[in-house]
Amino acid sequence: MGLFDIIGPVMVGPSSSHTAGAARIGYICNKMMDERIAEARILFYGSFLATGKGHGTDKALVAGLLGMKPDDERIPYSMEIAREQEMQVIFGAVELMEAHPNTVKLLLTGRSGRKLEVVAASTGGGRIQICQIDGLDANFCGDYPTLIVHNLDQPGSVMEVTAMLAKEQINIATMQLYRSSRGGNAVMVLECDQEISKEFLEWIKQQKGILKVTYLSLKED
Amino acid sequence: MGYRSLAEIASYGQEKGLSFWEIIVMGDMRERDVTMQESMEKMRAMYEAMKKADAGYEGKLRSSSRLVGGDGEKVQKYFSKGNSLCGEFIGKAIERAIKMGESNACMKRIVAAPTAGSCGVLPAVLLTMEEMFSLSQEQMLQALYVAAGIGEVIAYRAFIAGAQGGCQAEIGSASAMAAGAAAYLKGAEHEGIIHAAALALKNLLGLACDPVAGLVEVPCVKRNVLGAVNALTSADLVLAGIRSAIPPDEVIDAMRAIGLSMSSAIRETGEGGLAATPTGVEIAKRLK
Repeated sequence: MGLFDIIGPVMVGPSSSHTAGAARIGYICNKMMDERIAEARILFYGSFLATGKGHGTDKALVAGLLGMKPDDERIPYSMEIAREQEMQVIFGAVELMEAHPNTVKLLLTGRSGRKLEVVAASTGGGRIQICQIDGLDANFCGDYPTLIVHNLDQPGSVMEVTAMLAKEQINIATMQLYRSSRGGNAVMVLECDQEISKEFLEWIKQQKGILKVTYLSLKED
Repeated sequence: MGYRSLAEIASYGQEKGLSFWEIIVMGDMRERDVTMQESMEKMRAMYEAMKKADAGYEGKLRSSSRLVGGDGEKVQKYFSKGNSLCGEFIGKAIERAIKMGESNACMKRIVAAPTAGSCGVLPAVLLTMEEMFSLSQEQMLQALYVAAGIGEVIAYRAFIAGAQGGCQAEIGSASAMAAGAAAYLKGAEHEGIIHAAALALKNLLGLACDPVAGLVEVPCVKRNVLGAVNALTSADLVLAGIRSAIPPDEVIDAMRAIGLSMSSAIRETGEGGLAATPTGVEIAKRLK
């Protein structure tokens, strides 16, 4: 735990896990969508479901999805702002297997029709973990520019992407591979030390066997 | 990686002739690859945010459950009459602690230190000391590093989340951090700083996290007062030359052991303790 996890974060109360963490989950999802969200289905699990309302977990998540950070003083009014910005919000509950107590599943649809499904947990002190993207495991906390590539599980995909990253002078901090089954759908999650350009993301999308590319940029708007 | 024991920080400081806060700031420079100025600027932003949150208290606000709000104003009014038991200095600390706790419960912007539920302890002690002793901005930032260093060790050896270790991990840790910082501001050296933290933490060992309806409201807001006052008395004990009979790191380890043996009912689940009283249950039902 870093020094500024002890003194900090600056956040809107009342709870670092139930409010700040929830806002951060929303914010990271907003960045991964990379477009205005038209509809958000927010499904709570565990303690998020049990005590979320009193902690403003719902407001914080919606605020994050609108692009607000955990210290944004507009968080208490996010529902009104969502209405103004025509983001439809639907709340519900979800049962998950072996999930962290503070977990939420988000089904997002962008203005262009782009869809993103995320399962994320608030792990304490405002820190979060993205646990699943579009039904496949992932495991990252949003502290780095993160590239998520869904592809067909076939030889060469990983090398293709990583070789190109090397060529672009982008250093990989961590890398994970998951798949649904042998030869089925697979995902690679790469946390990088540098930001990845739009051109490069487009290039990956064009490659054979690539199903979907999601990118978390940490650049501020 | 931060320091793993308070004793390690103290002995390193003595050996190298470095102040406690200097060791912590150097750790941050290493960890995040930043200059001292960058680190200090970030800490200054935290302190400014604490001050802003303190000044921005609104007595008319109520929490979503309506259990919390307005007490800060009552405290202010009462102490301003000059007829209190605790006197002006402690009175100001009490007022700040309760105001910050209320602001947090009412979804205002605060600085988690180390957690949101315990966000009133450090500002109550530090802002009040700055005001009453006319301390410099520099000293206040140094004190924050002292607090952060103590918190880092506690987080490493034990925990700072109520869900893991009960309220002792939140208000207890905040109080230990504030005690060390207060002792430093009044001239304590390494050994005094870590013993102030130990004395403060010892007093709060075993404290349950039993929030009514699971919300950061009852008893959390008022426990910030306890944390702040306990920090000041612990610092005073150390400045009087008193030391903890149990070494500071062993006190932290005891906190961990106690936390691990706590039933989950008193670890932020809202199932035990005050939450399970007839009134607590009634309130939870009403909020459903």
